Amino acid sequence: MTTVERAGAAAAVDTPVLEIRDLSVSFPTETGTVSAVDGVSLDLASGEIVGMVGESGCGKSVTAMSIAGLLPASARITGSVRLDGTELVGTRESVLRRVRGKEIAYIFQEPMTSLNPVLTVGRQIGEVLQVHERMTRRAARARAVELLTLVGIPSAAQRVDTYPHQLSGGMRQRVMIAMAVACGPKVLVADEPTTALDVTVQAGILQVLRDLRDRLGTSILIITHDLGVIADIADRVVVMYAGRVVERAPVNDLFAHPYHRYTAGLLSASPTPGRHAGTDRLQEIPGLVPVLSTQPDACTFADRCPAADAGCRDSAPPLEVARAGGTDHLAACWHPCPSPRSQIEEVNR
Amino acid sequence: MMPEPNALEVEDLVMHFGPVRAVDGVSLTIPKGRVTALVGESGSGKSTVGRCVVRLVEPTAGVVRIAGTDVTHLSRRQLRPHRSAVSIVFQDPAASLDPRMLVGEVVAEPLRLSGTRVPRRDREARVATELERVGLRAEVARRYPHELSGGQRQRVSIARALISEPRLLIADEPTSALDVSVQASVLNLLADLQRDIGFACLFITHDLSAVEYLADDIAVMYLGQLVEKGSRERIFARPAHPYTQALLSAAPVADPVRQRQRQLVLLGDDLPSALDPPSGCRFRTRCPLAFDRCATEVPAQVAIGDGMAACHLVRPDGTGPDVRTADTSEVLS
Repeated sequence: MTTVERAGAAAAVDTPVLEIRDLSVSFPTETGTVSAVDGVSLDLASGEIVGMVGESGCGKSVTAMSIAGLLPASARITGSVRLDGTELVGTRESVLRRVRGKEIAYIFQEPMTSLNPVLTVGRQIGEVLQVHERMTRRAARARAVELLTLVGIPSAAQRVDTYPHQLSGGMRQRVMIAMAVACGPKVLVADEPTTALDVTVQAGILQVLRDLRDRLGTSILIITHDLGVIADIADRVVVMYAGRVVERAPVNDLFAHPYHRYTAGLLSASPTPGRHAGTDRLQEIPGLVPVLSTQPDACTFADRCPAADAGCRDSAPPLEVARAGGTDHLAACWHPCPSPRSQIEEVNR
Repeated sequence: MMPEPNALEVEDLVMHFGPVRAVDGVSLTIPKGRVTALVGESGSGKSTVGRCVVRLVEPTAGVVRIAGTDVTHLSRRQLRPHRSAVSIVFQDPAASLDPRMLVGEVVAEPLRLSGTRVPRRDREARVATELERVGLRAEVARRYPHELSGGQRQRVSIARALISEPRLLIADEPTSALDVSVQASVLNLLADLQRDIGFACLFITHDLSAVEYLADDIAVMYLGQLVEKGSRERIFARPAHPYTQALLSAAPVADPVRQRQRQLVLLGDDLPSALDPPSGCRFRTRCPLAFDRCATEVPAQVAIGDGMAACHLVRPDGTGPDVRTADTSEVLS
């Protein structure tokens, strides 16, 4: 399995900015332990946008939070997260505090709950700069105006003195992005950044993220359940299911030929252009995402999988190269889909 | 013989909440057994239209007719016999199901409220039938909503909506709170039920891919008014209003090769305030093609087939510029 990992990393442009290795997270609860993330490995190259996709409860947000140590103290974390070679798992809080906001920044789904309602947006953006860059308040305010312009807020010089409630949802999310990139972080983690927004506004926010990557070379990990967002912005995709990475591939490869049955199921479950109930049926994935107390040595998707057999319930499939010739498309499935999607859809018609 | 009345007729509907002009003159007809999608951004007033139709709120002005009966200003008592003709399914089933009621009670409640006395045994049998129709086991009747998953709960609210055999179902973002795989099963279910039972449906949503899958007709709403109406085929193939075009271009397609070839129309983030909507055409502040006349003159509705578009740039034959391809300088000159 390790050799496979190496092969995937070698295909990237240079050494990754962020290396996640064998990350596992579990939480003790009143009803026993819940295993949220199990053995996730992932690289983020410089200037790369990686999309992480999966349904609620698949562990994508927990993975994201664990990167900069944002999980509650009760969380049990094992494995390794390295930023430019520096280990972050188990590091002292004082070290993490220097990393958060400066090297690794976050934006979340609901900007209204992430912004402080009693501070102007200028003060909130400025705060990051005063803490990490030791800027004066005046210099920080001037920089805040520049940052607001960078993220596409019109008349930034006036908007810098407004309060969050005076802005629309899209504008608030732009403020969050301005705050996140204030110190020029190497890594931006965007957890469902457009889920609460309308499509017209979403298009603008995705454009801002792409711009930041192109202009500042920021590496972005974008977490979403929306395959349209992934198709729009990601260079590579990681599909998660029940705490594990089940498939990892460059974006075009993943959509053209998903190998894992879960990925294939997700793709045919979403309505796509040209499909109508009169002639076509959406593919359902029966059953529910399991909540696991311990990670079994089995494929966790087996109970919902059309191709599962006894072997799938006996041992967990490793994440390994799925395609002859290409080393960057990995899937963890004992019975990967043999043909690309175009052929499958033809058969269904 | 009298022709069968339309399932829903809304004429010039106005709903103002104090100074907020949430709905400002909406007219819409849904023939028997058709699915009309009402699409628009948050704040466009689409949910308020749905609430006026089921008379959760009493409209400020205009007429709502359900299966031929004017229900606009009926009192609660007068409304009761007509309640069974229309039902509503809301976005978040966790919030719209009473947590203290058993699923069986929830589903049976419309029967109890209709005033016709249904014997208990019959009621239980109908609840069981209804639950099975939405793909749940009859035993679910003895569970509480919190014991069910999100998708199962939404099935319960669909069962509750359909037990009174309505002619019209209002579905207000019924799949927006659900995961992709669950969404698929709820959309399939709605499509199956609609085909088998033949109720008409007002499908309120911002999800354009779900609209294309489920709707026969589409009405596009912007800031309290309809800007375009038409068949699904026409709206997706040849959207006439710049807002419809922008909306379609903004919704990402789950296909990276196609998605990255598409021309993106960026509108800017700010939907103007419904307290003080822009003069003339309400979309002009975000429209890439707006010109002088848009600020002074409210655009008339140009008929396109059975539908319409309200834009100065749409010609009488229904053609006009497309913001996704148009060279804006050419239009302005």
